Amino acid sequence: MKIPIMYNLRNLVARKVTTLLTVLGIGLVVFVFAAVLMLARGFRETLMSSGDPRNVIVLRKAATSEMTSSISRNQANILKTQPEVVVLDNGKPLVSGEVVVVNNLAKRSDGQTTNVTVRGVSQESLTLRSKVKIVEGRMLRAGTSEIITGKGAAEKFKGCGLGESVEMGNREWTVVGVFDAGGSSFESEIWGDVEQLMQAFRRPVFSTMTMKMKDPTQFASMKERIEKDPQLTVDLKREIGFYEEQSQNLGLFIRILGIFVTVVFSFGAMAGAVITMYSAVANRASEIGTLRALGFKRRNILASFLIECIFISLIGGALGILFASVLQFIDISTTNWQSFSEVVFGFNLSAGIIIGSMLFSIIMGIIGGFAPAVRAARMQVVDALRAA
Amino acid sequence: MKIIKLVFKNVMRHKLRSLLTAIGIAVAIFAFALLRTVIDAYFVGVEASSDTRLITQNAVSLTFPLPLSYKEKIAKIPGVENICSGFWFGGTYIDQRNFFARFAIDPEPFLELYPEYVLPESEKESFIKERNSCIVGRKLANKYGWKVGDTFRLIGDIFPGDWDFVVRGIYDGAIRAADETQMFFHWKYIDERLNQISPGRSGRAGWYYIGISSPELAGEISEAVDSMFDNSVAETKTETEKQFQLSFVSMVSTIITAIRVISVVVIAIILLVLANTMAMTARERISEYAVLKTLGFRPKHLVGLIFGESSLIAIFGGILGILITLWMVPAFYGVLQQFNMEGFFPVFEISKTTFVFCAIAALAVGIIAALFPTLKAVQMKISDGLRQIG
Repeated sequence: MKIPIMYNLRNLVARKVTTLLTVLGIGLVVFVFAAVLMLARGFRETLMSSGDPRNVIVLRKAATSEMTSSISRNQANILKTQPEVVVLDNGKPLVSGEVVVVNNLAKRSDGQTTNVTVRGVSQESLTLRSKVKIVEGRMLRAGTSEIITGKGAAEKFKGCGLGESVEMGNREWTVVGVFDAGGSSFESEIWGDVEQLMQAFRRPVFSTMTMKMKDPTQFASMKERIEKDPQLTVDLKREIGFYEEQSQNLGLFIRILGIFVTVVFSFGAMAGAVITMYSAVANRASEIGTLRALGFKRRNILASFLIECIFISLIGGALGILFASVLQFIDISTTNWQSFSEVVFGFNLSAGIIIGSMLFSIIMGIIGGFAPAVRAARMQVVDALRAA
Repeated sequence: MKIIKLVFKNVMRHKLRSLLTAIGIAVAIFAFALLRTVIDAYFVGVEASSDTRLITQNAVSLTFPLPLSYKEKIAKIPGVENICSGFWFGGTYIDQRNFFARFAIDPEPFLELYPEYVLPESEKESFIKERNSCIVGRKLANKYGWKVGDTFRLIGDIFPGDWDFVVRGIYDGAIRAADETQMFFHWKYIDERLNQISPGRSGRAGWYYIGISSPELAGEISEAVDSMFDNSVAETKTETEKQFQLSFVSMVSTIITAIRVISVVVIAIILLVLANTMAMTARERISEYAVLKTLGFRPKHLVGLIFGESSLIAIFGGILGILITLWMVPAFYGVLQQFNMEGFFPVFEISKTTFVFCAIAALAVGIIAALFPTLKAVQMKISDGLRQIG
């Protein structure tokens, strides 16, 4: 016969301080565990969603970022006539030559300046990036000093909100629209007319070309042909892989630190669980003796104590996830050294992370409770009864 | 004296529990120390900066160059003793993962500006003489096995093409915070090549290092430089080296804040583990405390007993934690190095302040954890205590 679960529940209530402290300990560890996973996921999502599977980005050979790349107008014209590229109804190829520069702008929060990516775009840029949608105002007109800002940038930097104006490259630029980019890194950018920005920043060449392929399976053959072309000296990359590659160092650092800290934390929490359960066993020796005398088997006692520990860890786990879910309202914005520009990403909770965190807390509970449960199960009835 | 003996006896009564608690504290102290070391590593550039060095950069951003003509104009400002061009080279060594900082500089003024980069006189001379030579930091040289006279190639990105270098010197840092993972070479090497392949880009520098005669002149000279180029094609932003380095730190300030928050959570966890142990201990011994009171021990004895036990465990845990830290922090840096990330954290050492903070944290936790049980024991009526069953 099993020991009623009510017995364990009432125990937890009877020793509320100890239960609470242990639950909090496990809760904090699960919180950190979930937070690290959420951060890694939020980071990946931001960068993955910046790319479209059908888009190809062309950079100068050996360029490591958009900023260090340059494509001359001659090269751009050759690239526009590639047969794999989608042709629009108006007969123009769906290719956009863009210029990417980094400009220091002041933050609204503390007035400190930081690096903001300013992208010169063409009319095709919006068509190329289906996720980018103007949510306030309108698209900029070509040939003017109008700019549109990502919603992250609009919120964060002085002069970047709708209707405001900002000085860049000795010129005044007016924000006529704010765009949403589905959580991607474009949301931290400022977009202006490519020709105007080239003049203002005195860059006579494009930084990169982005093109949409008719058929993404042709990527390999197109890449091989174009990269061999001696007139071009360019590298072709899938847009999706490119933005991920751009931030692998930062991503890696977050993961290494996160794993290290979580492992260390879980040791602490398990020590806490072991202590609690050993003391529970020691304090309840006479109870255990009584249970045995009543006819409960050793394995029932073992199961009962394990269940109690799992309860503690479940409550702790749920609490940790609850704390962690609040993090979803916080955005982390930081400079990615590889692209020397600002990236904003959030904590992204998923069903997988919830399940993973709960499993993690249960495992901590089982490891913490196993040895004490074994000790409880091994007690001799007579000794246990005498213990009181 | 008796109390101290009793404290020891009490700690040893539940050996396993005391040990586990101490281990819990130790790992938390270690995590705390590690996180603080990571934060310190972010500030190494700031620590290494000198207040007699200024940096002038393009007001747009560091990625925009400045005309060479600025150099002479700046040099004429009173109080300016030394000026040196600087460029961030970028590029790739074999593979993009092999990241380290590569700067193009003017050797003579640079070595005068940075006396903390120490290299033998003979190496200094040959570095200054040879156009395609470079000097590398000790850590960098060790990592790639470079010796004086070795050659290697960088693939340029900001400055396209293949660039061959010969190592003419290996420098050591004279101060703790000196970055030994950098490479420096001739600004002229870049400029001459640019002059041939894209003349429009030659005659520029990424920024200027300015050496000034005294720190008090920093504000005045910065203003003089910036106002000189106001409303020109390339407006400048001049700041002290410290401000310049701080601006890099502030770019990742949210990451630093996140790490700080976690390190506070760590302390909270230690507190929970120890508070739990102390709460259990006190509850079990309620009847003993009653007996002690009956025997005539004063509340202060009980206070000493409980605080003593709590602190003893905390101190033991703290010492254990510092030992783990000494052993594991280098291991963590080893992991970072394996992933080629030492270029981002050139100096990764546990500072004295960190040790002090760890000790304070452990002691504070020991005291706070004992507060509640002590209060309970002192206020308890003897009759209630004797009635209590474990």
